[in-house]
Amino acid sequence: MSGFFSSSIGRKVAMALSAFFLMFFLLMHVSINLISVIDADAFNTASHFMGTNPIIQFAMQPVLIVGVVFHFVMGFILELKNKKAIGVSYAKNNGAANSSWMSRNMIWSGLAILAFIVLHFIDFWFPEINYKYIASLPEDPTRYFGELQHKFVSPLRVGAYVVAFVFLALHLMHGFTSAFQSMGSTAGRKKGLITFGKVYAIAIPALFIFIALFHHFNH
Amino acid sequence: MALNSKVPEGPIKDKWTNYKDKINLVNPANKRHIDVIVVGTGLAGGSAAATLAELGYNVKAFAYQDSPRRAHSIAAQGGINAAKNYQGDGDSTYRLFYDTVKGGDYRSREANVYRLAEVSANIIDQCVAQGVPFARDYGGLLDNRSFGGVLVSRTFYAKGQTGQQLLLGAYSAMNRQIARGKIEMFNRHEMLDVVKVDGKARGIIARNLITGEIERHSAHAVVIATGGYGNVYFLSTNAMGSNATAAWKIHKKGAYFANPCYTQIHPTCIPRSGDYQSKLTLMSESLRNDGRIWVPKKKEDAIAIQQGKLKPTQLAEEDRDYYLERRYPAFGNLVPRDVASRAAKERCDAGFGVNATGEAVYLDFAAAIERYGKEQAKIQNLSNPSSTKITELGEAIVEAKYGNLFQMYEKIVDENPYKTPMMIYPATHYTMGGVWVDYNLMTTVDGLYCIGEANFSDHGANRLGASALMQGLADGYFVLPYTIGDYLSNDIRTGPISTESPEFDAVEKEVKDRINFFMTNKGTKSVDHFHKRLGKIMWDKVGMSRNEKGLKEAISEIKALREEFWKEVMVPGKENEMNPELEKAGRVADFLELGELFAKDALIREESCGGHFREESVELDGEQKGEAKRNDKDYAFVSAWEYKGEPSEAVLHKESLEFKDIELKQRSYK
Amino acid sequence: MNLTLKIWRQKDSNAKGQMVDYKVTDISEHMSFLEMMDVLNEQLVNTGEEPVAFDHDCREGICGMCSMYINGEAHGPDRGITTCQLHMRMFNDGDTITIEPFRAAAFPVIKDLVVDRMAFERIQQAGGYISVNTSGNTQDANALPISKHDADEAMDAATCIGCGACVATCKNSSAMLFVGAKVSQYALLPQGQVEAADRVQNMVDQMDLEGFGNCTNTGACEVECPKGISLDNIARMNRELMKAALK
Repeated sequence: MSGFFSSSIGRKVAMALSAFFLMFFLLMHVSINLISVIDADAFNTASHFMGTNPIIQFAMQPVLIVGVVFHFVMGFILELKNKKAIGVSYAKNNGAANSSWMSRNMIWSGLAILAFIVLHFIDFWFPEINYKYIASLPEDPTRYFGELQHKFVSPLRVGAYVVAFVFLALHLMHGFTSAFQSMGSTAGRKKGLITFGKVYAIAIPALFIFIALFHHFNH
Repeated sequence: MALNSKVPEGPIKDKWTNYKDKINLVNPANKRHIDVIVVGTGLAGGSAAATLAELGYNVKAFAYQDSPRRAHSIAAQGGINAAKNYQGDGDSTYRLFYDTVKGGDYRSREANVYRLAEVSANIIDQCVAQGVPFARDYGGLLDNRSFGGVLVSRTFYAKGQTGQQLLLGAYSAMNRQIARGKIEMFNRHEMLDVVKVDGKARGIIARNLITGEIERHSAHAVVIATGGYGNVYFLSTNAMGSNATAAWKIHKKGAYFANPCYTQIHPTCIPRSGDYQSKLTLMSESLRNDGRIWVPKKKEDAIAIQQGKLKPTQLAEEDRDYYLERRYPAFGNLVPRDVASRAAKERCDAGFGVNATGEAVYLDFAAAIERYGKEQAKIQNLSNPSSTKITELGEAIVEAKYGNLFQMYEKIVDENPYKTPMMIYPATHYTMGGVWVDYNLMTTVDGLYCIGEANFSDHGANRLGASALMQGLADGYFVLPYTIGDYLSNDIRTGPISTESPEFDAVEKEVKDRINFFMTNKGTKSVDHFHKRLGKIMWDKVGMSRNEKGLKEAISEIKALREEFWKEVMVPGKENEMNPELEKAGRVADFLELGELFAKDALIREESCGGHFREESVELDGEQKGEAKRNDKDYAFVSAWEYKGEPSEAVLHKESLEFKDIELKQRSYK
Repeated sequence: MNLTLKIWRQKDSNAKGQMVDYKVTDISEHMSFLEMMDVLNEQLVNTGEEPVAFDHDCREGICGMCSMYINGEAHGPDRGITTCQLHMRMFNDGDTITIEPFRAAAFPVIKDLVVDRMAFERIQQAGGYISVNTSGNTQDANALPISKHDADEAMDAATCIGCGACVATCKNSSAMLFVGAKVSQYALLPQGQVEAADRVQNMVDQMDLEGFGNCTNTGACEVECPKGISLDNIARMNRELMKAALK
């Protein structure tokens, strides 16, 4: 089995497995964020639960971080290996003739998302960790909504978020069905799942953008 | 030297079995001390190399391409015959044997053909076991189609790519042996001569086509499986690299060359479109099952069409001459290949050709589309279907049957064959003649074998459709591995053959001298220039129909061209690098000699048989008036030529053909 | 028509290559692309220059020898064809056509447009076969019925001509379509299933060893494949390898 994951196909499968996990996480994340648009109290409750539940904090959160880190580290490793496999590049190459821009530029959309994650950690995760575990401030189950709104005041930050989510959409446009193919399923090449993949790839980032804009204009 | 075909005694049914029971075998422990060189890795060479390696011999295989998988066997479309009788339509070994001998116009060696029919069933078993994805029916059993005017369905096929799949099967068997170290594969190597030691073939001189290095390779036996010589015509359906060099070089070292004039001109090829043409593309013969062949009845229509002023679809039914249906009412468009080809040439020579070059006839599917359309309308219970609906339904059926061929045609010609008739013209396709071999497939040189299209043995004067693949694999999988063992059993104590011998020195010098000549000759004309001119002489005077005057002219013209070639040829580049022009130069030099022998052979054979049509030998009256006339009294022999210097000095040896199990009959398709 | 050709010239595998411009005139639209190259080469030979070396053989789209990267696409701008089947009617008078060899680290250039595809050979040798000897007494071909569906699908995979367009066109120089096609052909047939696990592992190992890149499912290979080999074959190979790993 260790042989399997060191093979090209094994790594591809590992990329797909982490992708599936991340896509599920995105769905969770956007659902909870949506609550903030509907009801501040409910958002506070949900956020408090996520922020204090030991299973989520000490089991799920590390898994998530490992998943994210694995996905992008492996992405870089494969990209470098693939670059090496090319050797001399073409004087003229017409990639658009046979493949989508998204599929050829996963590394760039991925990098944009990575940059966003760094910003996101600085914005939410570090303050959160600092509040709970370093400064050990008293627990306040109603603080989350206010913090959220506060973050979306700056138009620059909101702009950065919007751009990042566009890249996320591009990444998912290829990534969603690609993950199925990597797992050896041809379902990702059938009409139903292709359509679902497109809806997913557009809807999730669009909702995130909507939430950011909503809070920017309604604080 | 008297020709000894070494056909075993006994009834034809038992010859091969008895022979196998009595031959000498080589002990497995000894096989690993014996080397065999196989040149060419198509169906014959590939299957032979794999099987010999499985048996335990050390095989060295040579291919001029970068992989055995690219040998031109890969281009065979239609299928492979085998007497399996899966359809229960009365097929048998005897019937396949009979059809092959008859199809070859009674110019093949009975015992070899019977053996071919006998092992044909094994080929299918072997290929299925190798994972060749033959077409199957819904019950999961193998499907068959009928082919080339025989009365049973015995042709196995894999879409229109049967040759490809069979070759990939043999190639996979080779790969397994390459991985085991039993085959040493020399890709991008061209054999340039054979080395004889004490009268036995003991090695070859080959050129590494990447580095230009001249290499010596030794072995206890040498097998030539390098295909036919159709490229002597320059334009043919052969691959660009297909050449006769190996076969010709062994001829010059003592192997007799048999029946060079027997060439198959295939009727359904895409016509030439201009002088730049580099090769011709064949479309499967199966098209003639549904297409009707015609030319305009009136010359003025033909001329208008040639000038592009008239479209074929504008011509009324009564202005069309369906000449095959007219001349051969019984077989119509399904007459054998040679008959269909000659009939097309006759019409075009008379000025009725239908493209700008005047060398094309129509193959029209309109009638088939309408017929299928009406059938479908009935099946689908459409009452009063419109003609557009009928056409639509009919086109769908034609597409299902021939879609890939139609698409190929459209890509090349840029016309939609569903809407306007296809244009076709005959092209050189296969050479039945080749190196003379005995029953063991050994040439007149000890230890030198020749298999597949490169030898002459099984197809007589004409080859039936779907039999080339059968012969290649029969030779390689099931015949040679036995017969070569009988010979090699005398070599178990010989030990390795050294390449450091005067014999190797001498042949290597010959090879290097010739290359040096090419590299230093101050000529002004390219190799292709000469090849094209040779091709034109061959096509015009030694093509589909031949006469004494033309053949004599051809002989002197080829001789003159050859002399000019050696003075005027220009080869750029260097010898110690990849140099395609140098490769071509050597091949064309050999074609220039072979072409002359070819014409000479055609000249002495004053009869019409199979692919060889002499205008002097036709039926003069009766129902068969104007058709080919065979002369069994004087010409029931194989002409085997011995090299004596110039082709004009070649000495003819005759192997007389006896037919004990088949009655000789004149072919009739009226 | 008159054309400008930008062609990669490289003396041998060690030399540094470069693009060189050539002009050809009076090219007929009915010519095949390689016939146009013949015209150029005849022109070069007649002026004493060395002709452009390129691989070609059958010129009917089945041997898999021809391998040009034309105007940024493997086998040029048409679909479902090899270079030898590309016709000049796809181009216009005055066009500039860029012609390069198939590129991949695993396909080193031998000379000009000729590349070394021995990596494919070694992958096939690692397991691209069914281990059966020639004997003349294998079981009857019809002893084992195979569903038409499987046989047809195996045939579709088996039509691969090994030209390497998939590798050449892939932004990662991945050989997975080629390997997937072979793995699939045998995995679909009962004769091939006996050694399926070893086969896929050995072939994938060899593929990795040869330095081909990884597949990122762009699908470019399928589009450029002259034989239309489906991406489904890559999916099947992925499944086969997972199955083999779980064994």
